[in-house]
Amino acid sequence: MLFSITVNNRKITAEKGETILSALNRNGINIPTLCRMKDFTPTGACRLCVVEVEGRENLVTACSEPVEEWMNIRTHSPRVIKARKTIVELLLSKHPDECLFCINNLDCELQRLAAELNIRERRIKGRKIKPGIDQSGHSIVKELSKCVLCGRCVRVCEELVTVSTLDFINRGQKTRVGTSMNQDLNFTSCINCGQCVNVCPTGALHVKQNITEVQEYLSNHDYLKVVQYSPMVPLAVAEELGIKAPKDIDRILNGILKKIGFNKVFLTGTGTDIMIEALAEEILKRTDATDQSPLFVSACPAWVKYAEQSLHDELENLSKLKPPQQITGSLIKTILSKQLGIKPQQIYSVSVTPCTAMKFEARRDSMMTKGICDVDSVLTVRELVKLIRLYGIDVSGTEGEAADEPLNVRSALSVLAEVSGGITESIVRKIFFRLTGKDADRKMFRNIRSGGSFREAEFAPGGRKIAVAVVDGLSGLPRLYQSIASGRKYHIVEVMVCPGGCVNGAGLQVCMSKEDLKNRVKQIYQTEESDILQIETFSRHLADFRGKYLDKDELLKDKKILHTYFSKRDVLL
Amino acid sequence: MKKNEKATDAIISRYKAGRRDDLIPLLQEIQEETGYLSEEAIRKVGKLMGLSTTKIYGLATFYDQFRFTPRGKYHLVVCNGTSCYLNGAGAIVGKIKEELGIEPGETTRDGKFSYELSSCMGGCMHGPILVVNGKYNLKLKPEHVQSIIDMLRKESEKL
Ligand code: SF4
Ligand code: SF4
Ligand code: FES
Ligand code: FES
Repeated sequence: MLFSITVNNRKITAEKGETILSALNRNGINIPTLCRMKDFTPTGACRLCVVEVEGRENLVTACSEPVEEWMNIRTHSPRVIKARKTIVELLLSKHPDECLFCINNLDCELQRLAAELNIRERRIKGRKIKPGIDQSGHSIVKELSKCVLCGRCVRVCEELVTVSTLDFINRGQKTRVGTSMNQDLNFTSCINCGQCVNVCPTGALHVKQNITEVQEYLSNHDYLKVVQYSPMVPLAVAEELGIKAPKDIDRILNGILKKIGFNKVFLTGTGTDIMIEALAEEILKRTDATDQSPLFVSACPAWVKYAEQSLHDELENLSKLKPPQQITGSLIKTILSKQLGIKPQQIYSVSVTPCTAMKFEARRDSMMTKGICDVDSVLTVRELVKLIRLYGIDVSGTEGEAADEPLNVRSALSVLAEVSGGITESIVRKIFFRLTGKDADRKMFRNIRSGGSFREAEFAPGGRKIAVAVVDGLSGLPRLYQSIASGRKYHIVEVMVCPGGCVNGAGLQVCMSKEDLKNRVKQIYQTEESDILQIETFSRHLADFRGKYLDKDELLKDKKILHTYFSKRDVLL
Repeated sequence: MKKNEKATDAIISRYKAGRRDDLIPLLQEIQEETGYLSEEAIRKVGKLMGLSTTKIYGLATFYDQFRFTPRGKYHLVVCNGTSCYLNGAGAIVGKIKEELGIEPGETTRDGKFSYELSSCMGGCMHGPILVVNGKYNLKLKPEHVQSIIDMLRKESEKL
């Protein structure tokens, strides 16, 4: 039901049941918020969104209060502005004056609020929060002194990611965001997905930066510097730079990486292709043998850690194949060192990804070959863009060039690994191609491309039955297990922690709305469809590649270096 | 330690799964029995309640009464009631902190000392009050703290 209310002496229409804030925003009236997050139930904790409602003695929090017909609202009265200002001043009074050196400088909600409210002096003097930096993790850094206690990270970790690593600890003046028994993040149940970082309004939770080490190696002539990037990266770089992605953005990115100082540029997608093919083979074997246990895809490192700590019985069902970044990484060092007659340890190998958990993945003991890391440093897209800016590279003036042999080709299918359901679709399409000689119709995959956090489907390539389940965000896990308990059997189960898949990874610019995210997903599907390396053409490439590199090399032939292992983790859940 | 684990299990077995209203009484009972809330205890309570241990820890730290390390060999309790506070309990606490280098609820690394603050002990006429392993020290002055702790240190070395 629609009705009209008065706001700042003007009539606007509101809808029954919506909050004051939503009515305001729809009518183009903006007020500041802090604790509120879209798609979460409001808590009314920070009180920054207060407005004056005639007839109400106290100011009202617009984000949580339902709008009502009789309301006469003032959104920017002197009283309201003063209240908001005081709230922010109180936050600032405890906040360290470190903006200039803060990772979020110029990209911080607290700064923005202070500027918007025109705060120009320190009126309130408070005791600064004790600095406490937790650098124990490979992906996430927690800097307590910059926390404004908005509670967004706590809610995301509990309600969206559903691992509940973070919560408010203590009470009153001593309240802070902490972990179970105050442990450092690396020892907790944190799975490094970075979703909390994405919602943190300040620099209190941020992604561990590896830029400095990359810079150091780049200027060291004793190493061969190589880099790989995943299919999402070129698109995301354009997004982060605020430019429309040109058609040949992949090639341009190659050029940019060369300018930055990398000697060779490779594609993570090649690793994805090798993984998909091996998984398809494995599934085919299993349908032959009517093996009953599902194969869990282990490409999302956050999911893998989750399984290691919470689903011990499932570990044997996890695919033992390395994830794409690590396959590519191990191939780079093995093939290149042979080709060029150098030691693997003389190769410095970087990976650029949308994912924060892959920083953790690269540091796992199980991701080494003969004691040498497959990948040495992992940069998020946002870090790469910082490097681009640091080196003053003019993107529009950069000429496109091809990636380097031998990991210079990736299939159209490999692009799908960036979205939830994509790896599953790729495996199934590979199987179709194997059994029928033709690619499957994309329309068949509608049910696993979207539709909630748990999706399932059945396919019948060449007369075989293949049942798949896609868990899009851990909140879909309970439904998977209900379904399994009720007797359903799956051949493939794919779990990705970030809702929507890596397109929503925390190494990318934050998606402010569902539309932004949908847009990224659309871009991925479009890239897949328009890519020239469709399944048939690519199969020939892959066969060539195999013949030339994999089958010749003793080390690569037995594929050991492409495999990994998992171990139970004992953490406080 | 084994004894504590058994006691914890016995207490937990008397509670129903998932009843979050019981959380605080359950934690209280475990602490009364074992002296503190161990990692293991929090893990088990979390399982029973269907909550992450972070949630349990967060809730428990909301109240002052819970501790997460075993008590020290010498456990000091300082009365922090209004009257004792006005009589200078703050300075006593400050001195203890300085001497032991720990916060209320913590235990020194060597396991010898721990301390906590208590609400009014009902002896307001005799404040500030410091209780060491159940023994009352009345009308305490900050300078006494040092000698008491020194004495306890010596005593423990002799043992
Ligand atoms: S990185 Fe993910 S799992 Fe870890 S604390 Fe943040 S939201 Fe929770
Ligand atoms: S869904 Fe993708 S971006 Fe997110 S944690 Fe998993 S692998 Fe990383
Ligand atoms: S945004 Fe409304 S109370 Fe925080
Ligand atoms: S609680 Fe949000 S920044 Fe810390």
